[in-house]
Amino acid sequence: MKYIVCVKQVPDTSGKVAVKEDGTMDRSKMATIINPDDLNAVEAALTLKDKNPEAKVIVVSMGPPPAAKMMHELLAMGADEAVLVSGREFGGSDTFATSQILAGAIAHIGLEQDDIVFCGRQAIDGDTAQVGPQIAEKLDLPQVSYAADIEQEAGKLKVKRILEDGYMVIEAPTPCLITCIKELNQPRYMTVKGILEFDQKPYTVFDFETLKDEPLIELDTIGLKGSPTNVYKSFSPPVKGAGITVEPTAEGIGSMVSTLAAKHII
Amino acid sequence: MSNYDCRDIQAFSGVMVFCEQREGVMNQTSFELLSEGRKLADDLGVDLWGLLLGSGVEELAKQPGGYGADKVFVVDDPLLEPYTTDAYTKVITEVVKEKRPEILLIGATNLGRDLGPRIAARLHTGLTADATHLDIDTKKYMDFLAEASNLDLTKGKWNMEDKGLKMTRPAFGGHLMATIICPRFRPQMSTVRPGVLACAEFDAAKAETVTVEPLKVPLAESDIRAKVLEVVKETKEIVDLIGAEVIVSVGGGISKDVEGGLKLAEELAEAFGGGVVGASRAVVDAGWLPSDRQVGQTGKTVRPRIYVALGISGAIQHKAGMQDSEYIIAVNSNPDAPIFEAADYAISGDLYKVVPLMIEALKEV
Repeated sequence: MKYIVCVKQVPDTSGKVAVKEDGTMDRSKMATIINPDDLNAVEAALTLKDKNPEAKVIVVSMGPPPAAKMMHELLAMGADEAVLVSGREFGGSDTFATSQILAGAIAHIGLEQDDIVFCGRQAIDGDTAQVGPQIAEKLDLPQVSYAADIEQEAGKLKVKRILEDGYMVIEAPTPCLITCIKELNQPRYMTVKGILEFDQKPYTVFDFETLKDEPLIELDTIGLKGSPTNVYKSFSPPVKGAGITVEPTAEGIGSMVSTLAAKHII
Repeated sequence: MSNYDCRDIQAFSGVMVFCEQREGVMNQTSFELLSEGRKLADDLGVDLWGLLLGSGVEELAKQPGGYGADKVFVVDDPLLEPYTTDAYTKVITEVVKEKRPEILLIGATNLGRDLGPRIAARLHTGLTADATHLDIDTKKYMDFLAEASNLDLTKGKWNMEDKGLKMTRPAFGGHLMATIICPRFRPQMSTVRPGVLACAEFDAAKAETVTVEPLKVPLAESDIRAKVLEVVKETKEIVDLIGAEVIVSVGGGISKDVEGGLKLAEELAEAFGGGVVGASRAVVDAGWLPSDRQVGQTGKTVRPRIYVALGISGAIQHKAGMQDSEYIIAVNSNPDAPIFEAADYAISGDLYKVVPLMIEALKEV
């Protein structure tokens, strides 16, 4: 039994963001983190492994070679194996292209009857939530997105899927793909033993040569050139002109309220 | 359905909007998409189609007409209630292969975000996520950029004849806006953020005369692999942030007296003649308010008449969800808080002192 978890290294957009002159993000100047929802996905897999110790947790990421550090952290958290999908040919891929490559990588690892693929719901750099469902489609797996609770029973999963105003309980056969949200769990920390032993665990790089013959990957729809969607323009969002400063006094606030009333805003 | 080729651009025509309904109620986002779809269809000189799926939904079938649809395709099947990824993906992809719209729009609700990527992958086309602005006409797009960006529009070549869909969305947590195109495959697909696009007035006469075309798509129980065992509505009070005229949102600034801060926010909303209380991510993460109150990139996009930010520092992720509000009043004890950059009225002071003064002043109006 395998739990395959897709993870992404992302720029930390919660802090200062470096923007280049042409309006694109300067990733080289920004700190990188493991995408938060992906940590919930890793934890979901590790939680199930706690109950099924014979199961293997394999983390898979597509990204440039520096992503290795993130993979080491995930091994130290308890993952058994790590696969980094890395190649110039993959760079600039949109979600369609990325999901093809990751689906190809998962197919290369091999998917069996009891296996589950986990993803985070979405990555904080793009916020698309598309790669998970698209991997599921490419691998012809049933999917459950927005998972807030997961129970594994023989040959199937029972998942609580969050809606805007409640939730659904969904039963899915394995193999299947689940996308995870932060309500699902609290990700564990790396352990000392994990940190000492991570370099004894298998760590593999899949490059273009490894994956180019995977039938799920169409060579003309990967990378920047092949991706179905392209960025036409990018720009910084508008900054509003300076507003009116209001003194925090009864007079100041009274005058603001009178102005709003005079404009029929209130 | 033979010879379907996603690369044969010329074979596709028309704008299709997926009209999401749950338990027999079509959602507001569908109306926003139809209203926008109408404009796109007019710019292209093509028809606008609604696509409605469900079980026993014939009563809803004319509604899209009231928001501009020329025709509504309806697939009615007991297996289409409740929503399942498998059944909806199968039916919608089959309909698209038959009708071949050049544009397919889906609301970025949490079901739409489950469905959209699956459909795009099966149809072998691109998908833009969570668009907040759509254009066909290059001139209109340039007018939008003139307003929404600092780009120098005199630079570069503009193809004024281009009729491709330009889909603009926030990226990197709202730090950047990106316009996405899908030049080589059809349909051009986008999910669209709820509450962002303007909704037209419902036209009852047009709803009455719209053409409804029932379609049959073969669907079997065995097509549905991930099955819904139950749908549970949370009994919690549903707060309609997106439809609210007045929103008073609280941020980390209420930490020194959470209960008191929430009470003040409620009272201020009341003093504005009725409003709802929203929250920044910090407040939701701390568990002081439920996640359906969250405004921002990962929460809801709102544009009320009046937005009051109490003790919210104004991370770009928050601003992305509220900066289009008509009037923004910000109260923060830190005079350098980024929220003031988005504010029409900036009040630098202690919210526990400022809010009672605002409530008093409002009572006198």
